[in-house]
Amino acid sequence: MQSSTHPSPLLSIQNFTTEFRSSGGKIVANKNVSLSIDHRRILGIVGESGSGKSVLCRSILRLIPSPPAYVTEGEITFNGRNLLALSESEMQAIRGVEIGMIFQDPMTSLNPVWRIGDQITETLRVHKGMGRREAREVGIDLLRQVGIPSPDTRFDEYPHRLSGGMRQRVVIAMAMACKPKLLLADEPTTALDVTIQDQILALMLQLQEEVGMSIILVSHDMGVVAETSDTIAVMYAGQVVETAPTEAIFNRPKHPYTLGLLQSIPRIEFKVDRLVPMKGQPPNLLKLPKGCPFAERCAFASPDCIETPVALREVEPGHFSACLYPERLA
Amino acid sequence: MSVKSVALPIRIRRFNPGAWRNVVAGWPLNLKIGLTMLMTIALAGIFAPVLTPYDPIIGDFQNALDPPSWEHPFGTDNVGRDVFSRVLYGARIDLQIGFIATYVPFIYGVALGAIAGYVGGWFDTLLMRLVDITIAFPFLVIIIVILAILGPGIQNMYIAVFAAGWTIYTRLARAEMLVIRQQEYILAAQALGYNRMRIIFRHAVPNLIGSSIVFSMSDFVLNILLASALSYFGIGVQPPAPEWGAIVTDGRDWLLQAWWISTLPGFAIIFTGVAASLIGDGLSKIISQRNTPVL
Amino acid sequence: MSDIVLEVKDLSKAFEMPRSLFDALRGQPTRKLVGVDQVSFKIERHETLGLVGESGCGKTTLGRCILRLQQPTGGSILFEGQDITRASERDLQPVRRRMQVVFQDPYSSLNPRMTVRQMIVEALRFHKICSRAEEDAYLERLLKTVGLNIDAADKFPRAFSGGQRQRIGLARALAVQPAFLVADEPVSALDVSIQAQVLNLLTDLRDEFGLTMLFIAHELSIVRHVSTRVAVMYLGQIVETGTTDEVFENAQHPYTEGLLRALPRPEPKRRDRKIALEGDIPSPMNVPKGCRFHTRCPIAQEICRTKTPPLRQLSPTHHVLCHLRPTPDWNPAILA
Repeated sequence: MQSSTHPSPLLSIQNFTTEFRSSGGKIVANKNVSLSIDHRRILGIVGESGSGKSVLCRSILRLIPSPPAYVTEGEITFNGRNLLALSESEMQAIRGVEIGMIFQDPMTSLNPVWRIGDQITETLRVHKGMGRREAREVGIDLLRQVGIPSPDTRFDEYPHRLSGGMRQRVVIAMAMACKPKLLLADEPTTALDVTIQDQILALMLQLQEEVGMSIILVSHDMGVVAETSDTIAVMYAGQVVETAPTEAIFNRPKHPYTLGLLQSIPRIEFKVDRLVPMKGQPPNLLKLPKGCPFAERCAFASPDCIETPVALREVEPGHFSACLYPERLA
Repeated sequence: MSVKSVALPIRIRRFNPGAWRNVVAGWPLNLKIGLTMLMTIALAGIFAPVLTPYDPIIGDFQNALDPPSWEHPFGTDNVGRDVFSRVLYGARIDLQIGFIATYVPFIYGVALGAIAGYVGGWFDTLLMRLVDITIAFPFLVIIIVILAILGPGIQNMYIAVFAAGWTIYTRLARAEMLVIRQQEYILAAQALGYNRMRIIFRHAVPNLIGSSIVFSMSDFVLNILLASALSYFGIGVQPPAPEWGAIVTDGRDWLLQAWWISTLPGFAIIFTGVAASLIGDGLSKIISQRNTPVL
Repeated sequence: MSDIVLEVKDLSKAFEMPRSLFDALRGQPTRKLVGVDQVSFKIERHETLGLVGESGCGKTTLGRCILRLQQPTGGSILFEGQDITRASERDLQPVRRRMQVVFQDPYSSLNPRMTVRQMIVEALRFHKICSRAEEDAYLERLLKTVGLNIDAADKFPRAFSGGQRQRIGLARALAVQPAFLVADEPVSALDVSIQAQVLNLLTDLRDEFGLTMLFIAHELSIVRHVSTRVAVMYLGQIVETGTTDEVFENAQHPYTEGLLRALPRPEPKRRDRKIALEGDIPSPMNVPKGCRFHTRCPIAQEICRTKTPPLRQLSPTHHVLCHLRPTPDWNPAILA
């Protein structure tokens, strides 16, 4: 979004809107989402449960089943191609090859009845047409790269023999097997302990440098995105409410939700007498107002906020906010 | 465990027609249809003397083997009894069999299974071995053996069905209890110092009973069919009582001359079976909905 | 004189793993999983002890042993001077009223078949907290205390969001007017924007009701915020304990240091540091000999692999289970 060195971004999402339809009503999981990520960059998407960040991430690979989900608007352009217009078989050639993905729960994202090696080399054999022996060598090398001790014996073991952290390394190795240009990481460290999360984040950053890929890192943890991302997008109730370079998001937030998040996190560096919580409850996605979805919880809102539809605007060069009155935060 | 601790606080809610209407409105369609069908059969049994002028037991030889007509909607059988009357009076017997043969084992089975799953230990081990042994015998064999020992008749049939039928509820309830026992709301109840019987029956059982209730609806149909089969063997309901299975059996010998004697009561059995399975489906739908949060 | 609410002495809980009949016939011993291993500490009245550690460190097991939801395999628990380690369920009843618990999972901690009113009124009647005539008023006041409206009383748990459910769980615990509260990861499952609300509520109520608290969590930042004292657990043992400032400002145990460094901070600064702690948490079924942390410790020496470390005292409140810390030139005078 901020870079002009490359003629076009690696991935660009324009006005992307997804609805989930059920007998209970219609939920707009993503509403007019526009984002882009350049080559060799890390985009952090933060938001709480129900903010639509996972739906967005999975929509890039078209992994959301329809029904119940329907894309009603928008384009997702990856390397000049609109992913939403591709056929299923063209999409399969992109999944795992050009775009890799890692999921939140390493316990369920590996198939328990397959050997680790077979799971890693499957993509190599399917997509790159490698023979068994060659794939094995590459696979063991991948396990070594992701920091698994004694990779040649681990290669022939089943996932249940590995700890959560080790499994997540295997999942990363699988996603990296074909050296994708983009890695989608959906809460990759949420299920892990702090010290293991630390290791996995370090590994992802190291691989990103080595391979020169881009990463979209979805997280609910402001700390995780702060330490890793070049750009951050904050999502709330299906919309991107703010996006900017990391430094600007943290130092000069232009959306009250971002500000609220930053203020409500207890800090380890110092103790405060009282946290500053955000008021109210998470939004009811079935009953969103016409205007700003955050208005009813917002300390700065005026009555027109609930009525006036909001969209991202550039409030500073490279800094976009969906707030009608970003100046009130100052 | 003190005796007084077993007394469960049962609160009777004030009947509120408005609220009740709302509850019914939220039911799935198959539950509503199933209940309506079952009610129809029950009312038919209750009001049988009003609905039909004929006696279900004493026939009129003059009119034996009459085909269905306005006079006799289901025709008459070989001794001139009105088949329609027999079916209506039969509803009393068959529904009673369905309920008693299903829900007595249900209550004992669920209670035993819930206790075993919660307390564990030797009680659990002993009970589950007993269940294994019971299940090792074919269902019908147990029933026939017991009836052979005790002699035929409806009471003995209940005893026999109970002896064979409680095990499935015990297993279901115990399996659910093993999961529920780990839930934090059960820990919270323990932390509040509630005694075991209160935790089992007030806190856990309402949450584990769903699958047993759903199963009981198919058990209900099976038990009616079982009663019919036992009548056929001559060890169940004794003639001339108008049990549906017995009526079907009676008509078997006349099938070529008088198809209606066996066929039309057979529809009553099917009708009840469909009603029970619709109720079962509807209930399982409600139960799965209840467990998903609204937000 | 200090008023000690809870004293835990050498508390242990080991879980026996089921062994196959074949292994039993061969005379193989049952394998044991270490939950809690000889843990001792005291909590004074109005204190909040924060118990931190990663998964498998035994913090939840410890909390449940104290509540006697699990039976310890060794050691003793003294609650308000009374030994409750082996008390019968009947003798525990008056104690249970004095100590309550709030759980982590807002979805499984409330009975889905009971309304809020049923849950709370049952507790009130069981423990004879108030007369039936006062119940409604009591309930309304209680719900108001946890920030809920009286409309909430006749709803089932599924009508509430995660944060509201935690408030209900808190109301259920406070209904019986306990003196001591075990909060087992009470906000870990909540969204960030709701966490702060519930934490503020918890600390407000603690102060208002004069509660003593054992606060179990894996998030160090939350523990720092809530606790007056902190104990760090690793593989069933407390490896460091001290006042909140001692542990967070002057961490001595290499594990505590590692935990503190591993936490990503919400500062817009690309990480440039090294990995805080290498390696995996060992399985609690196969605990390392010597110091349990030596497999991951960046400063481990030979002695750490062979000898069990001593518990060293840095100040009357600050203790460390380590061979090497504090370093020999550490001078207790710097604290004074």
